[in-house]
Amino acid sequence: MVNFIVSCVLWAKFDFNAAGFQFVEQADWLGGAITYKMGVDGISTPFVILTAFLMPFCILASWRSITHRVKEYMIAFLVLETLMIGVFCALDLVLFYLLFEAGLIPMFLIIGIWGGKRRVYASFKFFLYTLLGSLLMLVGILAMYGYAGTTDIQHILTQTKFPAEMQTWLWLGFFASFAVKMPMWPVHTWLPDAHVEAPTAGSVILAGILLKMGGYGFLRFSLPMFPLASEYFAPMVFALSVVAIIYTSLVALMQEDIKKLIAYSSVAHMGFVTMGIFTLNPQGVQGAVFQMVSHGIVSGALFLCVGVVYDRMHTREIKAFGGLVNVMPWYAFAFLVFTMANVGLPGTSGFVGEFLTLMGAFGANTWVAFFATTGVVLSAAYALWLYRRVVFGEITKPELHGIADLNRREIVLLAPLVILTVLFGVWPAPILDMSAASVDGILSSAQAAIDAAGKTAEAVK
Amino acid sequence: MYHLIVFLPLLGALIAGAIALIGARKRHPGAVGPVDAFHEAHGHGHDGHDSHSPHDAHGHDDHAHGDHGHDDHHDHGPVEPAAWGSRPAEIVTTSFLMISALLSWVAFIDVAWGGAAAHIEVMRWVTAGSLHLDWAFRIDTLTAVMLVVVNSVSALVHLYSTGYMHEDPHRPRFFAYLSLFTFAMLMLVTSDNLVQLFFGWEGVGLASYLLIGFWYKKPSACAAAIKAFVVNRVGDFGFALGIFATFVVFGSVEFETIFAAAPGAADKTINFLGHDWHAMTVICLLLFMGAMGKSAQLGLHTWLPDAMEGPTPVSALIHAATMVTAGIVLVARMSPLFEHAPDALAVVTVVGGLTAIFAATVGLVQNDIKRVIAYSTCSQLGYMFVALGVGGYGIAVFHLFTHAFFKALLFLGSGSVIHAMHHEQDMRKMGGLRRLIPTTYWMMVIGTLALTGFPFTAGYYSKDAVIEAAYAAHSGPAMFAFTLTVLAALLTSFYSWRLIFMTFHGAPRASLETMSHVHESPKVMILPLLILSVGALFAGVVFSGSFIGHSEERFWGEAIFRGEHNEIIHHMHEVPKWVVWSPFVMMVIGFAVSWLFYVKRPDLPVRLAKQQQLIYQFLLNKWYFDELYDLIFTRPAKWIGRFLWKQGDGRVIDGMGPDGISARVIDVTNQVVKLQTGYLYHYAFAMLIGVAAMFTWFMVGGH
Repeated sequence: MVNFIVSCVLWAKFDFNAAGFQFVEQADWLGGAITYKMGVDGISTPFVILTAFLMPFCILASWRSITHRVKEYMIAFLVLETLMIGVFCALDLVLFYLLFEAGLIPMFLIIGIWGGKRRVYASFKFFLYTLLGSLLMLVGILAMYGYAGTTDIQHILTQTKFPAEMQTWLWLGFFASFAVKMPMWPVHTWLPDAHVEAPTAGSVILAGILLKMGGYGFLRFSLPMFPLASEYFAPMVFALSVVAIIYTSLVALMQEDIKKLIAYSSVAHMGFVTMGIFTLNPQGVQGAVFQMVSHGIVSGALFLCVGVVYDRMHTREIKAFGGLVNVMPWYAFAFLVFTMANVGLPGTSGFVGEFLTLMGAFGANTWVAFFATTGVVLSAAYALWLYRRVVFGEITKPELHGIADLNRREIVLLAPLVILTVLFGVWPAPILDMSAASVDGILSSAQAAIDAAGKTAEAVK
Repeated sequence: MYHLIVFLPLLGALIAGAIALIGARKRHPGAVGPVDAFHEAHGHGHDGHDSHSPHDAHGHDDHAHGDHGHDDHHDHGPVEPAAWGSRPAEIVTTSFLMISALLSWVAFIDVAWGGAAAHIEVMRWVTAGSLHLDWAFRIDTLTAVMLVVVNSVSALVHLYSTGYMHEDPHRPRFFAYLSLFTFAMLMLVTSDNLVQLFFGWEGVGLASYLLIGFWYKKPSACAAAIKAFVVNRVGDFGFALGIFATFVVFGSVEFETIFAAAPGAADKTINFLGHDWHAMTVICLLLFMGAMGKSAQLGLHTWLPDAMEGPTPVSALIHAATMVTAGIVLVARMSPLFEHAPDALAVVTVVGGLTAIFAATVGLVQNDIKRVIAYSTCSQLGYMFVALGVGGYGIAVFHLFTHAFFKALLFLGSGSVIHAMHHEQDMRKMGGLRRLIPTTYWMMVIGTLALTGFPFTAGYYSKDAVIEAAYAAHSGPAMFAFTLTVLAALLTSFYSWRLIFMTFHGAPRASLETMSHVHESPKVMILPLLILSVGALFAGVVFSGSFIGHSEERFWGEAIFRGEHNEIIHHMHEVPKWVVWSPFVMMVIGFAVSWLFYVKRPDLPVRLAKQQQLIYQFLLNKWYFDELYDLIFTRPAKWIGRFLWKQGDGRVIDGMGPDGISARVIDVTNQVVKLQTGYLYHYAFAMLIGVAAMFTWFMVGGH
């Protein structure tokens, strides 16, 4: 809680017009080369606030559902929070890498200890996937150190220009790590398993924040540091994103487990994010940032909704429910708002991100926009069908008759999220303005680099 | 004033929504203490749940009736008590709507005749790069006309619903949805940019979804609600792409900017899906795809008949008078672009003509009273698109305007019939109601006269104008549409009178018991019918001069744009006499045949259906569109989804990657763990403590 208030202060003090980093703290660490350096800019601030914002919800969500090893559980969560905020603030490559990786450990533990039946399988799958990806990033970081002589992100951003050849390899190294984190198709299969097995709060953090690290990484490293490679690989990213959107939406349609369905829909939404980032135009990139924040709120809330019924029925099978609206009207209302945000209904936060990324994509490549927009139809299909099967209808299962509506704690939990979902849909300016200057900075420098490379190529001819 | 007009319904919706939520809370208090315990105490075994169940008793078999389309939900079993605050919710929403409606008429006089167009900014919405969106109102004649239509019909429907929904236990929720719908629709018509229009567009979609599924216990209603939303989303897919294309071509989505730049961009091309196309044509066709979804045009029409699962006032408001006309509004609003895209206009004409005739043929054989009117709506929307397609934007909006009156009248009238018959909707079980509910009967007759275009009723002016305009345009597609619309006029007359005859004339086919309970509806339901019938009779006479007559240019002002060569209004008044007379002749023939079939010789239609089994089945099954879509979209999507999940994710990706590897790793770690303390997380925590210590050190001592 305290943390969230502090981060609000950060927001209040934040200078919306500056593109560079603010609130920089620095200290020497391992020798002179690698330093402990922290700071935020318009891209990381939304995520820092989001992290601090979601954390109290997670704690509150676990209030009763976690019954054993409560102390350890809370420790794991708070450590995780520290690490995640660290990731978004780190201004040193090695520090970033360390925090990025360290975040895995508490998450691994949360799934592995407080998870469901197949928790060990899921946590290992999660760990392996992400670790393998990030090893390649480590190689990339070492190479960068070798070339630039420093791991200071600010320094590299402003001073260092990597040669085109090298950019390609570095980009791929980072891509491996971020793509797994996002997750992009086809390395997404860890996510549904991890979600299904994780406790509710774990899912919220996983969907709300951990997934955003990949997108953040693309924005912080891939675009500004390797602009040429980014442009070169953009078609590939587009293809993967579009496949992700359509493929996972179709898969989501057929899921039998509520959490798995939402997990697959997360992958589809992250497809919009990657697509938006690599459009390299302001609508796309700002849309991607917004989509990440919005998805953090909405999918987090959806997982909380699943948690609510799971706490009561101890199952997540869609088949086990039906007709909940008859006995849980408030729950039905909250769930409806989030479902609508999930399908990107205008007036909810889901719309702004989806719309902007698609608009950006149309500017970059109409094929991509065309196929990605089909996701809009598919998301409506799977989300509404889920809602119909869980909430609407007559109650047919006898054990559902005794189920109680939201209690006070759950209302406190969901109400702010409902309000934010609608608020950001109608008035998205706080987030968009925060990221605008930084996004412009990244894009103009990337564009300059691409133009310069183009000129040299012409000159050689 | 415009703020009031638009936001009063929203305020009403919020208040009613809050009342609904509080009422729901009173009925289902949340769990106190751990939710789990409650469940364990009562949930297991069957003895537990019998005690607490108003729901249980209520839950007996609605399914058996669901298929026949009764909306008989709420009078089965012990009736649930009315929700807390039902009355206040009704009063608040209805009175707010009344105020809005009155103000709308004031605005209409101001703008349409006083020429007081306006542009009002409310607040900033989205800014990203060069994209800049505001919440803002664009007030011109088109807006004013729509304000009047939407708010008037909505106010009357609110009033009517206080009677019609009287027995329903969930009235606050119903009125919240109705007002929410009205708000979204108002945002749609007052929008000053494409994206806000899209907001209203999807907002009405949401409200429509909620209202169709209002009786959520009925599986058929839930299915219809989802279908409406998803099919509309298919249209919105085109709409969204159209907005993107507009942004790429014009660098803006605000109407002012687009319209100003449209003449200059007339010859631009845009690269779409690998080809260079004429930009305007692409944009207009994509936008039209959205319009097709919302206005239920051929191909994307399948949701509209199913939408009749919702309560009847909803059908009147949303699925007849207002929401389904959003497509017309969109095309009329974008007239400056469509004028530069003749190919797109040709498509609009053809689709409109096809829909008009298609829906009319299906309407011939339907037996559900509401479905007949639904297909009729679909068909009339086709007429409007024909008018748009030949460049007669004003004519289309005029038909929209008059149609709102008489179609709402027909729907509310049929609601009155259904109310009288205790929620029976099948016309085969009606008949002979004329004497029992005379007011409703005469109201329905007035509606039918207007719909079929009886001289000097509202439909006579607007519908004939559409047909004349189609003839006057003199192009291939227009002549095609002209033929179809004239033919459809014949069918319209036939099925409309069939409805009247089957419902009100002849011998009663319902049981004696039902007939003895038939009663005229209460005053709150009759009053809206009377008001609408005045509109259905006189809206044509009074307004035709302004909308499509001599003063039309002054009337529309800047709201509708016509190219230099578009003189459709002028030509329309000079068509040959036989064209003018043809709809009238068709109407008479349709009436005569209908009278012969359903009054004089009721055995004829039965024999005809037997003789022409193939055609009859084809029409009865609505040209098999639903079956076709199920076969080519729904099933494959499910099959592919399952295939990708089990085979793609399960076998290929996981099988090759993590499962293989992790199997090994788990083996290895198991071994390692055995050698050591046995707790992996001991090590992990040791690492974490290290990290934490490092942080602390830097934070405390680092500066």
